Parts: sequence; C-alpha cells; structure tokens
Amino acid sequence: MSGLQILWQGAAVLVGGGLLGLVYKGFDRKLAARMQARIGPPLRQPFLDLGKLLVKETVVPKDAVAWLFRAMPFLAVAASFTVLLYLPWGPFPAVLGGYGDAILVLYLLAVPAVAMALGGFASGSPLATVGAQREIVMLMSYEFPLAVAVIGVVWRLSTLGVGPAFSLEAIAASPLWAQVGPLGVIGLAILAACLLVVTPAELSKIPFDIPEAETEIAGGLMVEYSGTYLALFYLADAAKTIAMAALVVILFAPYGIAGLLGLKGAGAQAVDLLFHLVKIFIVMFAAVTTVRVAMARLKIDQVARGFWLQITAVAVAGLILIVLDRMVVG
Amino acid sequence: MGLSSFKRALWVFHVATGSCNGCDIEIVAALTPRYDVERFGIKLVGTPRHADVLLVTGPVTRPMLERLKRVYEQTPDPKAVVVVGGCGSTSGVFYDSYNVVGPVDEVIPVDVYVPGCPPRPEAIVHGVVTAVAKLEKVAERG
Repeated sequence: MSGLQILWQGAAVLVGGGLLGLVYKGFDRKLAARMQARIGPPLRQPFLDLGKLLVKETVVPKDAVAWLFRAMPFLAVAASFTVLLYLPWGPFPAVLGGYGDAILVLYLLAVPAVAMALGGFASGSPLATVGAQREIVMLMSYEFPLAVAVIGVVWRLSTLGVGPAFSLEAIAASPLWAQVGPLGVIGLAILAACLLVVTPAELSKIPFDIPEAETEIAGGLMVEYSGTYLALFYLADAAKTIAMAALVVILFAPYGIAGLLGLKGAGAQAVDLLFHLVKIFIVMFAAVTTVRVAMARLKIDQVARGFWLQITAVAVAGLILIVLDRMVVG
Repeated sequence: MGLSSFKRALWVFHVATGSCNGCDIEIVAALTPRYDVERFGIKLVGTPRHADVLLVTGPVTRPMLERLKRVYEQTPDPKAVVVVGGCGSTSGVFYDSYNVVGPVDEVIPVDVYVPGCPPRPEAIVHGVVTAVAKLEKVAERG
C-alpha cells in the first residue's frame, strides 16, 4: 500500500471508529435504560456529553504532576484509536495490517488502562490513587486469561499451517471452528466464553468498574479530570469498546454473509462490513450492556482472585482441550 | 460546541451540607424509572470536577462551611448552584441552631431555589432545568 492510501484509509477508520464508538455508547445507554424500564437518553447523548465537556473549564489541580496529568488523556486516546488501525474491518484488511499483529493489539489495549492509572497517580488525589492502584491490580488479573484465549486460537492456527499465525488477517480469513475436531470446538467455546468475561473487565464496566466506583471512591481515577481531558478519556473509552468487541469478533466469529446472499463486488463488501459492525454490536450488548444492568460491582479482591484462579483455570482447561485436539486430529 | 451544549447534557453533583436526608431521597427518586432524568441528559456524577450543577441540600452546618466553599471552587466553570429544600433556602426550622451557620446563599452564590420539605422530584427536575438557562447565559458571555 502506498503512503497516501494508508493515510486516507487510516483517517476513514479513525473518524469512523470514533463516531461508531459514540453511537454504540448511545445504544448501550438507551438499551440499559429500557432494561430498567426507563425511557433513557437519546441516542446522540454521548455526542451531547462530549460537546458539553469541551465547553467546560479544564482544571489542573495544584497538587498534580502537571505534565503527566496533561499527557495521559492524549496517550489514552492515541493508544485506543491506534488499535482500530490494526484490526481488520470485515472484508477490509487492517490499514496497518503489515506492521503489527495480535500481540501488538494486546499491548495497545493495555495502554489506555496504564495511562488512566498514571493520570490517576499524577492527579494528587487520594481517591484517584486508590482508583489507580485498583486499575493496575485489575490489569494484572485479566491480562493472563486474555492472553491465554488469544494464544490458544493463534497456536492452533499455526499448527494448521495458516499464514503468519499472529496476523489478525490470517485469523479472520480462516475461522477455526470448522477446522478442529469436537474437542477443539469445546476448547474454543470455553476460550470464547473467557474472552467475553474479560471484555467488561478490560473496559472497566460494571461489575468491574472498581477503579472508577462513583458511589465509593467518587469516580476514582477520573476524580480530578474535568473538561477537555475528561472528554478525551470519554472518547478513548468509546474507541476501546469498539476495539475490544471487534477483537472478540475477529478471533471467534469472523464470518461474512455476502457469500450466502450471493453478492459480489462492492455490494458484498458493504454487506459484510455492515454484518461485521452488527456482530461487534452483539458482542458489546451481550458482554457489556446486559451484564452491567444485571450485576452489581464486585470487590477488587474478588476480581483479582476470580481472574487469577477461576477464570484462568477455565481458560487453561480450554487451552488443554485444544492441545488434546491437536494430538487427536492433527 | 453550541451555547446550548448544556441543554441536554447536564451533570449534577449532590452536596449534603447537613440535611435530614429527606431532600436527598427525593433527588435519588428523580433518577428512578418513574421520573428518569437521564432522558433529559441529566446525570448524577461522583465528583465536583465533572459537575455542571451543584445540588445543595440542608442548612450549612459549621463543619460543612469550609467543605462547601471548597466543593464550589473545585467545580469547573461554567457552573450553577441549585438549593434543594427549605433548609438550604432559609435554614428552615434550624434557623436558631447553635451549629448552623446559615442558609446556603450566605456561603456560596445560589442561582435557583427549590423550596419544599422535601420538594417533589418534579420540582427538583424543574429547578435543575432552570439552572440550564443560567449556564447558557454564562457560556454566551464566554
């Protein structure tokens, strides 16, 4: 790809991803309200919130480490939007597909959490410090099952001799479900379930909103952020939601429907892209919206223990099933 | 970034300066499915740094005096203050209490008063929406 092509495609993905993130956030809030028998905010509410935050005064507290406090919102936005460039979008390959793979995406997904934690530590508020410590503990606990799920898929693909195994395009191009035996299917289903449990934790949504915990530590990490900086974190969260849900779709459900409908050319691409976005929406609805309405907040020790022992044990069991499948089926 | 940015996206922080919890419960009632203020974009936030409107309940007691000033200063501009309840507006039945400094408007500037003991959730929602007009005026002046 030429430099110019990368530029305009990248711009399209970044703008589209940002808009999509905010629209999905609107759907998330509307649907959550409907599930609670409320009318809920209009779908464009996230845009209104963002517009308002940009009008507000932006305060840098006196006790804060100013440069760190100012830099972290930008780092969070940059990292979460960069992830979008490395993900394939349905029929379209990733804009920077040749420059990074699944491992890079995993690291980039961790960066906004680290940025928020550093921003929290830098803001000089004890509440933010507590929130930042919790964020780091959460990060350490969910990263392992997340890595196990990704590695399981990638390793099984590499044993089948598919492309450069860590490339997300290779993963999306050859769905594993049809290529493995019954043991492998069970293992994959277990890994997919683990990834769905990790998703709300990665996004710090209820029941894993422990670092923010408004009723308990007054917004935690975000306690001192206001105005433009808060808007940037808001935007980073929207983009990260899309990125995480897209990662789940790419790893476990990279199917298109254009072939079934007998479409070709541009029509097929449009339908597949739309279908991809619908799948992302379904993942977000199942793993974030429904869960956050149905559950209350967990405690940090419950989350750390749950992810380190229970969820990791389940994920490793899935991985072992996939290894057994490799021995049986080959 | 229109001047009407606040009209449909108003974040509210709740400060209790010594109230009996009556008004506070009515504020929470405004969030319930029956009244659902989120449909107007009104959201209760956990920290004054995120807030556009301060909802203050209760007469200002001596220990809360400095805290109330501090919370007001922590709220980024443009901001509005809505006093909810009779005690916050006039000190109410606690007017001669040894521990009460006075009504809220003797400590920080107040934009909207919502009288009542406690006021109904409809009245609180109306008070918050009235505060929007003030915020827009401030945003206009820049």
